[in-house]
Amino acid sequence: MSVSAQAEPASRAFPIGEPILELDSISLRFGGVKAITDVSFDVREHEIRAIIGPNGAGKSSMLNVINGLYTPQEGNITFRGQRIDNMTPAKAASLGISRTFQNIALFKRMSVLDNIMAGRTLFSHATFLEVAFQLPRARREERQNREKAEEIIEFLEIEHIRKTTVSQLPYGLQKRVELGRALAAEPQVLLLDEPMAGMNVEEKQDMCRFVLDVNDHYGTTFVLIEHDMGVVMDISDRVVVLDYGKTIGDGTPDEVRNNQDVIDAYLGVAH
Amino acid sequence: MYYRQAGQFYTTYSQDSRIIPVREDRWIIYVVVLAGFCLVPFFASDYWLSGILIPWLALSLVALGQNILMGYTGQLSLGSAGFMAAGAFACYNIELRIEWMPFFGSLILSGIIAAMIGIVFGLPSLRVRGLYLMVATLASQFFIIWVIDKFGWFKNYDSSGIITAQDIVIFGKSFTTPAEEYLVCLFVCAVMTVIALNMVRGSVGRNWMAVRDMDVAAEVMGISLLKTKLQAFAISSFYCGVGGALFAFAFLKSMEPVAFDILLSFRILFMVIIGGLGTIIGCYLGAGFILLMPVFLNIFFHAVFGQAVDATLTSALEQVIFGVMIILFMIYQPLGMARILEIMQERLRKWPFKI
Ligand SMILES: Nc1ncnc2c1ncn2[C@@H]1O[C@H](COP(=O)(O)OP(=O)(O)OP(=O)(O)O)[C@@H](O)[C@H]1O
Ligand SMILES: [Mg+2]
Repeated sequence: MSVSAQAEPASRAFPIGEPILELDSISLRFGGVKAITDVSFDVREHEIRAIIGPNGAGKSSMLNVINGLYTPQEGNITFRGQRIDNMTPAKAASLGISRTFQNIALFKRMSVLDNIMAGRTLFSHATFLEVAFQLPRARREERQNREKAEEIIEFLEIEHIRKTTVSQLPYGLQKRVELGRALAAEPQVLLLDEPMAGMNVEEKQDMCRFVLDVNDHYGTTFVLIEHDMGVVMDISDRVVVLDYGKTIGDGTPDEVRNNQDVIDAYLGVAH
Repeated sequence: MYYRQAGQFYTTYSQDSRIIPVREDRWIIYVVVLAGFCLVPFFASDYWLSGILIPWLALSLVALGQNILMGYTGQLSLGSAGFMAAGAFACYNIELRIEWMPFFGSLILSGIIAAMIGIVFGLPSLRVRGLYLMVATLASQFFIIWVIDKFGWFKNYDSSGIITAQDIVIFGKSFTTPAEEYLVCLFVCAVMTVIALNMVRGSVGRNWMAVRDMDVAAEVMGISLLKTKLQAFAISSFYCGVGGALFAFAFLKSMEPVAFDILLSFRILFMVIIGGLGTIIGCYLGAGFILLMPVFLNIFFHAVFGQAVDATLTSALEQVIFGVMIILFMIYQPLGMARILEIMQERLRKWPFKI
């Protein structure tokens, strides 16, 4: 598929900057299974960084390490030049790292609006007593969060379903709502785990447009896992390729495309 | 046709997220509450007031507590009667030992004491979930009752083990007739229901539901599982405690710890499930159903069989029918009575254009 070509670097509102996230020789094992072995790469501010690789390569595990769901046995994570020991999901959230999941992890019995509002947790400081008695701070925060949520709803073109329970939505829309919930946190870094899996061409195009627009408008840094090579080559600035938990390529889409190891991995050459 | 949402436009976000968005619904609720305060105390018989309405209100409050924990936060628990006992005996002791404490002060304090116990018994929820959590919370039921039974201090060393609740006195006026006690219960229920509605439609309720629906994602959004779960346990127990205190002071009057046994916990669980998990109105509907059904069945059997059949047989039959009704209910409307109400509203909105 083809998406409108990537804007020239010079015309970007947020030019690619210093590394915001650095992963240094990360190794992760589950018992005897080596999910990730000595993987290092960095993510620069404002860039769109793709992670690709065959099934079971350790891509999702990598995202889980970045936002603290998994703790690697070895390696360091550095965020904005600061080493983060024992990353936890809460710490990642407070650093401005947000994400979506490979298997949609929405709050199924809540409405679209409530899902997106739940993404605003970091901007809700009112205690339960303030909420219970509807004191000014609770009311003000609720209104501000609602305004931001509506901005996202409008941007993602899901106004017509804002009060619909998420479980009643088709798959493609659920993926979009999940992106909305992640965006609601106004993240610095947004991790997307196969945001376009199972979508048709039109839905993929929409999703690409949203990613590029967010990157362009807010300068959000993206780390995205994607199997669709067309998408990856079109929208990403740099690509890291994993295979059996190891890095086998890292560079611009063109460099990666012409890398012999990568070609072998994708064509299934025996190791 | 006459009940409709068309033409009601919301121009601010606060209008859109008010407690009862549809104008007609709002009027119905106003009228019902007003009638509850102004008409019912004068026209209802004492039997209805103290035999049905007062326990209904008190237990609805407890059901609300159970629902916050189970319906909104998704933490299976079975032990609400234990927290009722904690609230009831706390209220008794506060009234007994702190003379200057106004009744509402005692009520709030008993809720807080129940809440603190709730936090302790909520700790297992950080480790286990589902049925395992239910078994863990069951411990609270037995432990609280055991402690009150074991230590005479809680019962003011009464030799019979039965205590008599003090009269409710508010601003120097004692509320002792059924109508007066009913009004106290109604007032507390009204206030605490509004508070619950505020919480569930605000950030607090969203956090609860997020933890219920997908705890990993909730954590990733920055919602603290520890804080949210323990908060839900605390608030739930607060409601159970206050409900228990009202149940004791306005309904039971004299009580012993075993009045708050596991069967009562089960009844409250049924109320919540039949009323509708994760709804506020469902607590009132469910409590009404569980309390009223046996009464109606009893009246029905008396009318049909009179004295012809042995009373033990009819009461056994009542139990069976009651059980069957609950099962049928769960099969045909697992989402509870609140859902039925919703469907009726939906129909009414389209009537008479579509039936
Ligand atoms: N929680 C876990 N426990 C045990 N093993 C795991 C766990 N998570 C991942 N693994 C293993 O780690 C390896 C990498 O899995 P991962 O999900 O990261 O792959 P992936 O690259 O995302 O694959 P896919 O493209 O299928 O999503 C696999 O062998 C998987 O079985
Ligand atoms: Mg994966």
